[in-house]
Amino acid sequence: MSDQHTPRTMPRQSWTFSNEINSEIRRAAATGIYDIRGGGAKRRVPHFDDLLFLGASVSRYPLEGYREKCETSVTLGTRFAKKPIELKIPITIAGMSFGALSANAKEALGRGATLAGTSTTTGDGGMTDEERGHSEMLVYQYLPSRYGMNPDDLRRADAIEIVVGQGAKPGGGGMLLGQKITERVAGMRDLPVGIDQRSSCRHPDWTGPDDLEIKILELREITGWEKPIYVKVGGSRPYYDTALAIKAGADVVVLDGMQGGTAATQDVFIEHVGQPILACIRPAVQALQDLGMHRKVQLVVSGGIRTGADVAKALALGADAVSIGTAALIAIGDNDPKWEAEYQELGSTAGAYDDWHEGRDPAGITTQDPELMARLDPVEAGRRLRNYLNVMTLECQTIARACGKNHVHNLEPEDLCALTMEAAAMAQIPLAGTDWYPGKKGF
Amino acid sequence: MQTLDMNDIDLRAVNATLQGAAGTDTEFEVLNLRGSHAVAVGLDAPIDVTLHGSAGYYCAGMNKQARITVKGSVGPGAAENMMSGEVIVDGDASQYAGATGHGGLLVIKGNASSRCGISMKGIDIVVGGNIGHMSAFMAQKGNLVVLGDAGDALGDSLYEARLFVRGSVKSLGADCVEKEMRPEHLDLLADLLQRAGMDAKPEEFRRYGSARELYHFKVDNAGAY
Repeated sequence: MSDQHTPRTMPRQSWTFSNEINSEIRRAAATGIYDIRGGGAKRRVPHFDDLLFLGASVSRYPLEGYREKCETSVTLGTRFAKKPIELKIPITIAGMSFGALSANAKEALGRGATLAGTSTTTGDGGMTDEERGHSEMLVYQYLPSRYGMNPDDLRRADAIEIVVGQGAKPGGGGMLLGQKITERVAGMRDLPVGIDQRSSCRHPDWTGPDDLEIKILELREITGWEKPIYVKVGGSRPYYDTALAIKAGADVVVLDGMQGGTAATQDVFIEHVGQPILACIRPAVQALQDLGMHRKVQLVVSGGIRTGADVAKALALGADAVSIGTAALIAIGDNDPKWEAEYQELGSTAGAYDDWHEGRDPAGITTQDPELMARLDPVEAGRRLRNYLNVMTLECQTIARACGKNHVHNLEPEDLCALTMEAAAMAQIPLAGTDWYPGKKGF
Repeated sequence: MQTLDMNDIDLRAVNATLQGAAGTDTEFEVLNLRGSHAVAVGLDAPIDVTLHGSAGYYCAGMNKQARITVKGSVGPGAAENMMSGEVIVDGDASQYAGATGHGGLLVIKGNASSRCGISMKGIDIVVGGNIGHMSAFMAQKGNLVVLGDAGDALGDSLYEARLFVRGSVKSLGADCVEKEMRPEHLDLLADLLQRAGMDAKPEEFRRYGSARELYHFKVDNAGAY
């Protein structure tokens, strides 16, 4: 038999050393610096897709889809604040900074949220007039950097969110690269134009829950005890972080899983620090229940919320509301295939573009370039966000009615089953076809 | 002068009165603080407030316009994020004094602990005694004047804030260097010392500032952190 007829094993790619991994090794070897990008974890992690609703049955009767009412309103900040926030839908817009985002994008988020009856949130860099003016309900983030922080904006906010951490980078600060530091952005941050601006990873004037309690007292005294005070944490130790936030006096706990986005952080941080939101909700709810504070201190969860089904599942696990960031940006035009040629020029493709920190976003969202910014019409983008929020709400109601609930908050863990062992363990939801989940007592 | 006695009224009443002050009443004194936290915070009027005794955390936090004098010492975060006005502390200050302050003048006649002026964004701080380690960490704008000594890592990762120290500096932080004291700096210092009521000669001080080597993240600088 000649050599040309000898069967050969097909070329085999390594799972460990995949083409993607190898490309990163080559990039690191060529540049000597880690990769920085925007967005949240891209790896596959157990998520809401791994849960299903059971729906109605002989023992559970449904509500009529187009006739019977299913409420979606939620009130945040009922514990201490004189003026809690009343939302029409249980979906809020997460904190994203002016600086990371263009002024038009911030305006669009405010417009869309307001049309849908919900709140939007400032970010690192302070509050802009565009954002305040177009947001009926605006949550003002109190961040370690304190860029742009001032008592006037605290008082014109509707709620204050003390950011301890975020899901994409629990324990990490931020870096806004000089390309995005225009005169306006720099002025709001009291720093020179064009330099790389570091955002601190921890607050400059408090450490630990005992200090946090006093910091909350100070903020309440400055704002006359009117504003709900949220405490935002990344998905690190959700039971203890929630318990300590409650102990410190929070009105609302915001819990952000590792799929939650960031404007710019090391890829290794995004992909390897923190937990998926699915693993965080039940421990946080348990902390609330153990302290007798479930539904008294509200829980808002975020990190990879995309559809009304995700919303419904988060609520069924015990959250009071959800928050969206990446999904909201996609709704207003981020990573739209219509810019594919330009994404290709940037070495990326629609759906994968994540070099938000470079300020060259073809969609005009994660940029401060006036020409690129002008591509985003804030009025039209606001309408798109409104539509998206409405669709998610309708989807959530559809599921809730099918489970026989006249308020989306009546969804409960008993309405769910899990498709995988991992999801069953993390969400403490029985594996489909069984009444068991890993770790369940009595088995 | 209106007297607010914390033996008789609670913190909320004290702050609400001071925050609502405008027009006729422009002088206040607060008695029996007993180390209360968040006293005289969020004021926004050109009033004079004297606190008799020592205060806890965040005394005079986010002050605007008011002139607040503390006849005692203050806990962590005194005059944090101050926007304008004056805060004068007769005694010592704990950690983070003047943290993130955007404007106004903070005078500490005694010593200040660690991280004095951390992330300051335009405030002027004058300390009669010594300051602790990591003071002016990531300080962005404003002036920090120290008549005594400075601890370890002064001005680490400094931006555009100016630091003036009369005594010794245990060590400088990353990217903080000694700089030439030019005539405009002597004038600036003379004005700050005069406003703070400090008896010292500008010529006795040394000036420190940012080398601006870390303004752009470069991998070659990784060893500096």
